[in-house]
Order: sequence, then structure tokens, then C-alpha cells
Amino acid sequence: MTSCIQVQELLCTCLMRQMVCFTEPSVKSSLKTTKSKKSLSRPGVKNIVLVEGVRTPFLLSGTTYVSSLLHEGLLNKTALPKDAVDYIIYGTVIQEVKTSNIAREAALGAGFSDKTPSHTVTMACISSNQAMTTGVGLIASGQCDTIVAGGVEFMSDVPIRHSRKMRKTMLSLNKAKTLGQRLSLIGGIRMAHLAPELPAVAEFSTAETMGHSADRLAAAFGVTRLEQDEFALRSHTLAKKAQDAGLLEDVISFKVPGRDIVSKDNGIRPSSMEQLAKLKAAFVKPHGTVTAANSSFLTDGASAVLIMSEEKALAMGYKPKAYLRDFVYVSQDPKDQLLLGPAYGTPKVLQRAGLTMADIDVFEFHEAFAGQIMANLKAMDSDWFAQTYMGRTSKVGAPPMEKFNLWGGSLSLGHPFGATGCRLVTTVAHRLRKEGGQYGLVAACAAGGQVRTYPLSMHCLIAEVHRAAVAQVVKEDD
Amino acid sequence: KMAGVRALGVLSRIASRRYPALTARTHVNYEVKGDVAVIRMNDPNSKVNTLSVQMQREMSEVMEEVWANTAVGSAVLISSKPGCFIAGADINMIQACTNTEEVTRLSQEGQKMFEKIEKSPKPIVAAINGSCLGGGLEFAISCQYRIATKSKKTVLGTPEVMLGLLPGAGGTQRLPKMVGIPSAFDMMLTGRNIRADKAKKMGLVHQLVDPLGPGLKGPEERTIEYLEEVAIEFARGIVAKKIPLTKEKGTMQKLQDYVMSYPVVRNQIYKTVTGKVMKQSKGLYPAPLKIIDSVKAGLEQGPDAGYLAESQNFGQLAKTTESEALIGLYQGQVICKKNRFGTPARPVKTLAILGAGLMGAGVAQVTVDKGIHTILKDTTVPGLARGEQQVYKGLNTKTKKRTITTFERDSILSGLTGQLDYSGFEKADMVIEAVFEDINIKHKVLKEVEAVISPHCIFASNTSALPIKDIAAASIRPDKVIGMHYFSPVDKMQLLEIITTEQTSADTTAAAVAVGLKQGKVIIVVGDGPGFYTTRCLGPMLGEAVRVLQEGVGPKKLDQLTTSFGFPVGTATLADEVGIDVAAHVAEDLGKAFGSRFGGGNVEVLKTMVDLGFKGRKSGKGCYVYQEGLKTKEVNRELDDIMDKYKLTPHPSVSSDSDVQYRLVSRFVNEAVLCLQEGILNSPVEGDIGAVFGLGFPPCLGGPFRFVDSFGADKLVQKMRAYEAVYGDHFTPCQLLLDHANDPSKKFHK
Repeated sequence: MTSCIQVQELLCTCLMRQMVCFTEPSVKSSLKTTKSKKSLSRPGVKNIVLVEGVRTPFLLSGTTYVSSLLHEGLLNKTALPKDAVDYIIYGTVIQEVKTSNIAREAALGAGFSDKTPSHTVTMACISSNQAMTTGVGLIASGQCDTIVAGGVEFMSDVPIRHSRKMRKTMLSLNKAKTLGQRLSLIGGIRMAHLAPELPAVAEFSTAETMGHSADRLAAAFGVTRLEQDEFALRSHTLAKKAQDAGLLEDVISFKVPGRDIVSKDNGIRPSSMEQLAKLKAAFVKPHGTVTAANSSFLTDGASAVLIMSEEKALAMGYKPKAYLRDFVYVSQDPKDQLLLGPAYGTPKVLQRAGLTMADIDVFEFHEAFAGQIMANLKAMDSDWFAQTYMGRTSKVGAPPMEKFNLWGGSLSLGHPFGATGCRLVTTVAHRLRKEGGQYGLVAACAAGGQVRTYPLSMHCLIAEVHRAAVAQVVKEDD
Repeated sequence: KMAGVRALGVLSRIASRRYPALTARTHVNYEVKGDVAVIRMNDPNSKVNTLSVQMQREMSEVMEEVWANTAVGSAVLISSKPGCFIAGADINMIQACTNTEEVTRLSQEGQKMFEKIEKSPKPIVAAINGSCLGGGLEFAISCQYRIATKSKKTVLGTPEVMLGLLPGAGGTQRLPKMVGIPSAFDMMLTGRNIRADKAKKMGLVHQLVDPLGPGLKGPEERTIEYLEEVAIEFARGIVAKKIPLTKEKGTMQKLQDYVMSYPVVRNQIYKTVTGKVMKQSKGLYPAPLKIIDSVKAGLEQGPDAGYLAESQNFGQLAKTTESEALIGLYQGQVICKKNRFGTPARPVKTLAILGAGLMGAGVAQVTVDKGIHTILKDTTVPGLARGEQQVYKGLNTKTKKRTITTFERDSILSGLTGQLDYSGFEKADMVIEAVFEDINIKHKVLKEVEAVISPHCIFASNTSALPIKDIAAASIRPDKVIGMHYFSPVDKMQLLEIITTEQTSADTTAAAVAVGLKQGKVIIVVGDGPGFYTTRCLGPMLGEAVRVLQEGVGPKKLDQLTTSFGFPVGTATLADEVGIDVAAHVAEDLGKAFGSRFGGGNVEVLKTMVDLGFKGRKSGKGCYVYQEGLKTKEVNRELDDIMDKYKLTPHPSVSSDSDVQYRLVSRFVNEAVLCLQEGILNSPVEGDIGAVFGLGFPPCLGGPFRFVDSFGADKLVQKMRAYEAVYGDHFTPCQLLLDHANDPSKKFHK
């Protein structure tokens, strides 16, 4: 877990460096369509801006980062004054007992002022979304002006606990006063005590793995295997194109001691439909449709953003990338609608902001599973679903694919649970500038617990969470 | 290729024109999807599918067409009903038969039909969602492959034994081969439901499918569709030989099969199982023995003998009084699970319970897990803590049995509020009081509650004997007062006796019944009066039991006499369970209300016992001595002194074992019939259900009213007259019983 801190130190540092280096004027936004609203700016409401977003390359778990665990501090001090940051918030899913407030450890290690408070948040896949919106809240309430928010996940190293019996014995051992008491406790240890408690693979409240849930969701919406494979292939193809074109500018290089510098996401693998079709179902066997290739993979990585009040950012000479305008979180039934967050959240956040689907120029949805994305799109496009389950009079409509995840997504870039949220927001900002749009929408679903090798934390009792933020590009005329 | 498909379409259109019967089918239909025939069952007149005459006829027709259709390579059998595959055979078919031979023939027809299914040249995949019971299971296990959904509603089982029957369409022959002899006996002799995951482990089904959540269609509709899609894939896989039909057996299974190959071992099993059955059923139930006999015939003498034994045994069982009684109870239960008072004006969403004792906490337990917000109020912290612990323990037992998860347990418990005051009572839609049985205390809490509750709130009293109108006398709105008599332990006893006074409004009754049904209860609604129905019937029988004890019959002997008559719990043990103090209280109260008819034993016997602290199980001593951790119980020897003091000399003419049994039972039955005569009971059906589910009247007799029908009212009156000659009016038959005795054509049932 030392590694987490160090990578975060790196990120914090780079973030500051980038902010300082950032001098080029960005592309002037030209509005292509008529919007419901010219701007979401409201009198008397503080404008909050994304100044910069960075991330490490996202790497397949068990690849390079494994050997970089003992990475030493590498700080180039930046020009950003140490005490310019008011608060630091980090999101992570797997809590390491030794560094339960990982944000604080990282902040200190990165050379931030020891007077800068920091805390860690957790909310499954959307932990870094939570970090960002917590920051937005702090700025909006006038508590702070400058916030660093981020997320980190290292699936290559998850804590594995002793069995409950063994933990009990060990704790009792601490309290045992005499040698006799200790010996009798030790004597009570059986083979069963020694088996480690492997990280749970299931949702705490429903005992279902997420892959299983995704497969059921895909089946419920009649998403075929072909549709899922096609979507996965699209994600990888677009990610490759974006990577080759140098669009993924939020990625910063990262030197692994004893190895080369890592500067690219390594999970992007455009394949062919034939090859994808060969894979067997990964969760619901043998008749399921979710495979290893159409699911997001275990990923190591970290991300961070600098959020400021517009006033402060401009005063310090920064050119912000986007306004962070509005957000909602929603929850559903953890059993059957675990992964349907985006379908519920999108219409709600649009309504809050007073926008329609047509106003949105850029969509960035978190791709946990191809089947889950397709199911969400179908749900959003169904009047019956909107009326029966969402209490709406009509559907909100599915986002057009020509605006949707054009630089790849979690399926291809990877999905470090705690770090995906910042990547989505930064990507929206970058895409808005590149594509000349005004409004962007981010949506991500999270589980109460996390899939695969994650020991469920009690904090995750609220089961299904979703976050969407509408970002409006900063007009250069300002 | 396309042309071929089109040609096929034309052919099938021609085919349907040639067979006009196709369009006339209402229960079974099929559709050919590619090369798979999807056979769908849906009884349009019922919530469940049963193997009725029509269903069977249409199924045969469809199967013949499927077999004849060269374009079809395999078939999927599925129900269009959510929550039900096939719930079993149609009981009416059996009841319509006039003699055993007819029933045997019925069984043989079923056997033949399923034999054809079993030997089908085209593999048939049974796609099971919902209940797959009795004949439905026999149908499914004749198919080549079974896929079941993991839905909670999906259960497989052979409940025939509970109706005094056996699986008569090949079940006794196929099950032992499919799941092994021990599991087959377990299934058929207990009749218990098996959930899908367990069924997979046992080898009863091949594959499981997850139920789906909301999608572009409702969850239930889409789940059935999905099951069908998966089943079609498997059907094609079987034809293509990609899916094996036989499962590789595990080491344990192989070992078991090996051991079972020795006739000595098998004989030992028959012996052990028969012994167990005899011990539990006291030989009063013929069905379990016939099941063992049928299985044995098949395994020892070959299939021909087996199937023959099965059909003949089935025929014989169908015409026994035991089967008639059990079927009557089943049908009665169905009736008592309906709300004949309609839908209440407002559903009960918050229920408050006064008193966190055994009863109060028990009611809380069966309420809170149904999604009703439950307030549990007591007067003391220890009392409340004990009650809440009882609820927790009850739910925790369910997590251990894996019927709910620990998460569900905690989430259910969050719906329970324990408190010492009346806060929040203004939100309650119904208050059930379970405080001490004392009219003054009842009046006190009624007034306290009425001061805080909202105008629509119903006040229900869980009393076992106090007349509701006496309680309602203190009420400012007696139309909202009703009696809800639960039985202890509440989470196990199925019966709820609801008592209405003349002032109770119909909507109040409807709401009480709705709550009871939600709690999973079987409900009888009776008129008001001392002891209502159940306690009143028990009164004379307990009085007689005390007399029997005074006459020198020990508690053990008394228990043996009653259990061998069919009561699941002996009378002495029952008294201990109910509480001697409660029994004394009730005996005295009812004695005052009904006079000498309720006499018999001396009430002082019970009072002396209470004075000495022998209050039954709860005090550790009653008729028996109870010790923590000990399963066996010894007779309380200190009782001898009391009995000596109140000793009576038995009359030899009415004191044989059989006479003692009929003395006890006839007083019970006479009081039940009197309740019907007086209008306390609404119908004989409710009388039977109340007696069997609330008081443990022998199920094999079907309840007091069915007992009179089958035993003969005249014979019963004759016996009672003999006892009357010795003991007086305790045994005077009531007018309605006399009417039935005088006119043999009069029957309580049909």
C-alpha cells in the first residue's frame, strides 16, 4: 500500500506542475446547436471550475505496478505555493488498515503543507466522483477555494485477512496475562484458523457477484452476446485511435524504478469479432453472455483533479477547463437494478440543470460491462421502463452513439475502481474543448460492494449509487 | 434455405387448417421455434396449472403432433404462469372416482403417459419456474432434461403423502433411481418442498437459471421468456450431443449406489424406514407404508411389479378415510387462506403490539418480516429486551437455515421499534394487545391506547378466553374492537382465530383477516362468547383429562392414549405447554359461563398444582418435570399426593383404554358441534381447521366434523349415552349432533 501513497504523491506533484505549465490558449468553443440554456451560470451561485486533471497510465493488474510497489518519493517541487491547496480529498475502494486516511498520507508525502487537511472517501466505483463532489460542496459552501480531489486503486495488492477465528485468537492473545493463558489460546489454534479470509467476491447485501448481476441485467434487457461484443470492440477501437492521436493528454508518464517509463494505458487491445466470439461466458455458465472481453478488467491506476472557485482560479492566472455545474446521486434496489444507475440519474440531472438530451454534446459513461451499458441505453430508450420504474411520463432517450465515449472507456482503458471518476470528468473537459461542445455529461454506476477481489467494506451498505455531472466548457471570451 | 423455411411455414398453416382442434385447445399450446417445439401450459381458469383431464388430453394431443412433426428435433416444456410449473394432479379427478379400481386405472393412465414421455425419441427439456409438485414433478422427471429457475417460488416435491396418497404416476419408481433410495424416501415420506439449488445438488434438475429483474418487460414475464430461450439452447445442444444427459456421479454417490446394490442393505433400509414411520405415525396413516411398499416392489421385483404395486396402492389409498380427511383439511386450508370479508378500506402499514411476552413477541416476529412496521411496547426494560431477543432469535434461526441472509435479517429488524411508551401510536393502523389475561388490565390498556391512536386504528385483543364484548365495553368505538387469538408458539402454529362481536364492523374484520393472511396464518372467523371456539372445545376435554388423572391414569398413560388416537401432542403435555395456571383460569371461567356441562374433573386439582408452583413447562414442573438440556421428561411424582387427595374410583364399564379415548374426544367433538349449532362457528370447515391447526385434533380424522361424518353421529351418540349414564350431563349430546344421529343422510361435509 505504500505504493498507493507514492503514486498519489506523484500525481499531486504533476498536477501542480501541469497547472503551472499550462499556458496555451485552448480551442475556442463554437456552439453547434441551439441550447435550451445559454449558460448554466446563475446569479448568486459560485462558479466552480475544473482547472486540470491528470492520471497515471491505467495498467492491467499484476503487470508493471507490481514491481513498482516500493517506489521512492520523486518530488519535483512545483511552482504552486505549498499552502495554495486548501483541502485534499481522495477516493479509494479498498481500505488499507495501516493507511486508512490515505489522502493525508499522500498529501504529506507529496510535500503539501502539513497544515492542509485531507480526508479519504469511499463509494465503490464512484469513489473519486464522491471526492470531486465533496470538493465542489466545500467550495460552494465557502469553506475552501482550492481542492485537490482524486482516486487510487491497486488491485495487485489487496489486503487479505486472517480468518475470523484466528483474528479472535490473536486479539485474545494480546489480552492474555499469564503464560498459561497464552499457551492455552495458542493450543486452541486449529488448521481451520490458518486459512486466510479471501476477499469476498459478492455483493454484501445480495451475495451476488457483479459479473453475475451484469449478466442477469443484460438478459433482462435482452442484450445479445453479439451486441455486447460489438460494443466492447468499439470501445477498444476508439481508445486505440484516441491513444494514437495523442488525445489522452491527461495521462502522465510514470517512471518505474528498474523498468522503463510507463506512459501508456496497457489494456487497449482492439481484437476482432471472431476472436471475441470464441470466449466462454465468465459468470453465468454455460449460457451467459458476459465474457472476460466484454467486461472491464482489473486495473491499477490513480487520477487527480484540481478544482477551484472560478474567482480564485482566474486570480491565480489559471485557465480553467470546465465548469462543474450540477450533480446527483441516485440509488436503486441492489439486487435487480444494481447497475442501472445511469438510466436513473441522467434524466434527473438533466432536469435539475434544465437541459435536454439534445443539449448535451459529449457523453462519458463508465463502462463496467458492455452488457450493462447496453442495458442502460435500452432502459433510457424505453417508455415502458420510464413509466413503470422511474415514475416518468416518457423516456429520456438514449444518448447518440456519435457523442458517446468517443475516446474509449473503462472496457478498453481500464477501471481502477477508485480512480475512474476523475478520468471521466477530465475526459469530458478535454473532449468538449477538442470537439467544440458546450455541455458534457458523465455517468457512472457503482455497486454496494465491488466485484472480484475486493473485501466488502461496511461503508458500502448503500447499494447502488450513481453520479452524473454536467460540465459546461469555459468560454474563452470570459 | 429461406425458401425451405417459407415452405415449412406454408405446411404448418395447412396442417393447422386440417386439424381444427388445434385452435380449440385452451390449456396446452405449442410453437415451433426453428427445430424446437415449445410446449406451453396455461390453465385459463386457475392461478395454477394442474394435471386435469383437459390438460392431460391436450398434452397428449400436442405430444403426438410434436412426435409426428419431422421438422421438430426436440421439445421444451414450459408453463406460461409465473410462479407455477404444474402444482400437481387435479384432486377432483380422484374424488370423481367411485371405487379403488377406477383410481388404479387413473394411476395407470398417468404411468403410461409419462412412460411415453420418458421414451420420447425427441429429447424433452422441462423448463421449471415456480411450483413443480406431485404429478408435476412426476411429469418433469419423465423428461430427458430439467432446467429450473432459482426463484424463491421454484420448489420441487412430492406432497402426496400429506394428502394420504402416494406419487401415483411413476414417482415411486423413478425417484429412487434418480436421487438414490434414502433421498427418495425422504422426499416422498415427508412431502417437503425442495428449492432449486438443493434440487440441483440432489440430481433432480440438471441446470439452474437466475430469475431476472426489471428490464424492457416485467421481471416475471421476462424471466419465463429467458428460461425458454435458455431451454431451447439446451434442447438443441442435447440433439447435437454437446450436452450430456447423464451427470458424472460423485464419489459419494458411487459409494452409495455400491452399498445399495446389496439386498441386505436395502432390506435394512426398508426396515429402518418402516420403523421410523410406525413410530411417528402410530400406524394411523397408511400412505407412508404404501410408499415404502411400492418402492420396494419396484427395486426388488422389477419395474412391472413396481408400477403395478404403485397403481394398486394408489387406488387403495385414495379411498381411505385418512386420505379423505387430509384432502378435506387441504381444501379447508385453501378456503381459510382467503379473505371472505373483502379488501379493507386501508391496509395496515404500522402495527403496534402491547406486551412483549411470548405471544406479543411472537406476533411481532411474524409481522415485521412481512414489511409491516412493527412497534413492540412493554412496560419494563427487561420484558422488552426479552421480547426483542425472541424476535431476533427467530429471525436468526432463519439465517442459519439459509432461508434469509444476515443482511435481510438486519434489514427486517430495522422495521421493529421497541419502546416503553405510546410514542408513535398515532401512526398505528392496528394495535394488538397481548397483556395479562385480566379484564381490568385489558380495560386499562384499551383506554390508554384509545387516548393516543388515530380514529381509523383498530384495537385487537389477543385473549384466549375473555369475551371480546366485555373488553369492548370499555371502548369509545366498539366497532373497531376485535379479537385476534394467536396460538403459541406464534411462529410455528398456523392458526389464527378471529373473534367478532355484534358491534365489530365488517371493515375491521376485513382488516384483521388481511393482517392475519399477511402473517401467513390460516384463519377462522368465529362469533363472540366465552372461550370462543377453540378454547371452548378444549375446556371439556381438559376437564375430562383431569377426571381421568383423578381416576388413577398417570400423565404418561394419558399422553399415550391421546397420541395413539392421533393427537400430535398428548393431553398432559399439552396442559403443561399451555400452562396449568392458564388451564385453571380457563376452566374456572368457562365453568362459570357454561355451568355443569364443563365439569368433570375437580378444578381444585389444577388450583392446587398452581399453588405448589406446578405451572407447566414454563415453571419447570407441571404434569412432568422439565430440566434444561434434557430431552426426556419424567412424570412429576409430587403430583401423586394431589391425586391421592382428589382420588376418584373409576367405573369399570367406561374405563377401558378405548373408552377413556372416546370420553375425551366425544366431549371435544360435542362442544364443537354445539358451537356450530349456536352460530359461534360459521361452517364445519372452519371448525375442522380450527381444531386441527389450533388444538392438534388428529389430522387423520380431519377435524371434529369430518370425524362425526366418518365415524357416524349415531355411533358417537350411542357412546355418549353410555358415558352419560355414569357421569351425567357432561356427556349429553347437543341437539345438532342428535339431528345427525337420527338422520344418517345428514353430513357436515357434502
